[in-house]
Amino acid sequence: MKIYVCVKHVPDSAATITIRDGSRIEENITFLMNPYDEHAITEAAGLRSQLPDAEVVAVCVAGPAAENTLRSAMAMGADRSILVVADRQIDSMLTARALQAAIEADGTPHLILAGKESIDAEGMQTMFRLARYFGMPAATNAVKISLEADGAVVESEKEAGSRDILRLTLPCVIGAGRGLNTPRYPTLPDIIKARKREVKKIDLADLDVSSPGGKTEILSLAPVAENREPREIAGDAAAAARELVRILKEEAKVL
Amino acid sequence: MKKIGLFIEFKDDEIKPANDGMVTMAQGDGHELFALVVNADAAACRERLSAYGVSAVVDITAGGGAWHPDGWADAVVQAMNACGIETLMGLTSPQGRDLLPRIAAVLDAPLVMDCVGVDLDRNVARTTQYSGKAMAEIQLTGRHHIYGIRAGAVSPAPRAAAAEVHAFSAVEPTASGIEVLSTRPGEAGTVDLAEADIIIAGGRGMKSGENFKLLQDCARAMGAAVGASRVAVDEGWVPYTFQVGQTGSKVNPKVYIACGISGSVQHFAGMKSSEMIIAVNKDPGAAIIGKCDYYIVGDLFEIIPEVTRALGAAG
Ligand SMILES: Cc1cc2nc3c(=O)[nH]c(=O)nc-3n(C[C@H](O)[C@H](O)[C@H](O)COP(=O)(O)OP(=O)(O)OC[C@H]3O[C@@H](n4cnc5c(N)ncnc54)[C@H](O)[C@@H]3O)c2cc1C
Repeated sequence: MKIYVCVKHVPDSAATITIRDGSRIEENITFLMNPYDEHAITEAAGLRSQLPDAEVVAVCVAGPAAENTLRSAMAMGADRSILVVADRQIDSMLTARALQAAIEADGTPHLILAGKESIDAEGMQTMFRLARYFGMPAATNAVKISLEADGAVVESEKEAGSRDILRLTLPCVIGAGRGLNTPRYPTLPDIIKARKREVKKIDLADLDVSSPGGKTEILSLAPVAENREPREIAGDAAAAARELVRILKEEAKVL
Repeated sequence: MKKIGLFIEFKDDEIKPANDGMVTMAQGDGHELFALVVNADAAACRERLSAYGVSAVVDITAGGGAWHPDGWADAVVQAMNACGIETLMGLTSPQGRDLLPRIAAVLDAPLVMDCVGVDLDRNVARTTQYSGKAMAEIQLTGRHHIYGIRAGAVSPAPRAAAAEVHAFSAVEPTASGIEVLSTRPGEAGTVDLAEADIIIAGGRGMKSGENFKLLQDCARAMGAAVGASRVAVDEGWVPYTFQVGQTGSKVNPKVYIACGISGSVQHFAGMKSSEMIIAVNKDPGAAIIGKCDYYIVGDLFEIIPEVTRALGAAG
């Protein structure tokens, strides 16, 4: 039984972004595994122990440098990994096609996990598209997953902490939310073991995928200016509080 | 005439106020606005939608009235096809995050979520990327175009129209592979952070979950929602739904009041588009002091109760 986990190689959220040619970021910064995908990998490693002969395979579509992210995924529990090497940034529609083609070429999924969104493009859609191309049901923002003989019961977190309790037939695609688990960060032996595991590389061009429905294309990318002029509200606690209330009322006009 | 479909969201049987800004965003000469209302009282919201320029309310009945993510997505697609709508907008709310990508997947259509602006004539969306550090202009191609709109991105502006209500019964879709076993309600009376006008948030400086009561009291007095930094969530002081930031809610209120929050890049990723940011922090060197509109240097345990008191006196 195979559990595939889609992971994305994203810029460290703390990194300073420099924009090149007005349309993409300079890639000489630290890249890491997308934080939601850490929850997906951790969950897959936990579920593996409940399934006979289960194997966890991490899959990523990105440039060659993403091998690092796949090594992290293997150190966190994936048995092996697949890197679809793309020589350019591709959108969610094509990424989902590429993931599907790579998974299909590798084996028959019992379950596919992913993060509910990536923190760089924040598209929130790749897992749904992947599910559709496979004809599988999908659930997002999962905070609890229980595998049953013929399905998965997923608690999907919605507004203000409400939850949909869903039963999905297997195979299915589940997007991990932050409440799903606490990521299991690797120990040194895990990292060393992961170095010996396989990263199978496939060229995106060899998968021969296309996106007939259309695409999204970045026309321009510009830094967001931080142009606030901080002003102090002075005085003792009571005076400052009164001034704050005045600002809410007269300037922000929210009271 | 370009037909624009607007997926209208409800909460507790009431139309959500955030829809008004979204409808406003869709206004334009030569745009015909269709409100798509699924399993709700369409007639009751006709007047409100008319006031913002909607000319048709499509009253969609799906799956016997119950919530089903695939059933609803399918019903919206059917209604779009029946009305000849190729452009769809909805809110980037928890429901929108579950529904809009499903619709995009069914139609195999491009989708941009969390848009702060749209150009419906050129099919271009504006949204932030890289934790709010960059603004992207994105071209959508293909036949259908779908946009998830950030709540509060545009202030509602009235534009009178006279909407007619059209009933539409969706055909039962083929088995979806999802069974909705139940829906467990969240905490009663909580405002979704993404749609709140005022947010008062606490961080490590709150020191305990018990102390969040100070914020709750103050929030009640000013009609605000309560948020938190990741530290406050990780410490178990408040549930994850309170978290604002990169890996929490992205919020867009008129006023964001950060109490005992240092202003990390990841926290800012979720709230930097707030119209006004006010910091309460005892450390004049905290990063947030340099990135806000107003700040009070001092102990939040002295200041917040005074604010609550001042609100009481003012109210
Ligand atoms: C991948 C990733 C994702 C992340 N996602 C998020 C996210 O979504 N949201 C998020 O918030 N963080 C996120 N973080 C964590 C982030 O980096 C910071 O650690 C976090 O935001 C800090 O929280 P804080 O400001 O409450 O705590 P601190 O940075 O410790 O700041 C506490 C502040 O409180 C002040 N203070 C203390 N006592 C008082 C008092 N009595 N009165 C007034 N002020 C006081 C201090 O001066 C200080 O400035 C993420 C980190 C990573 C790596």
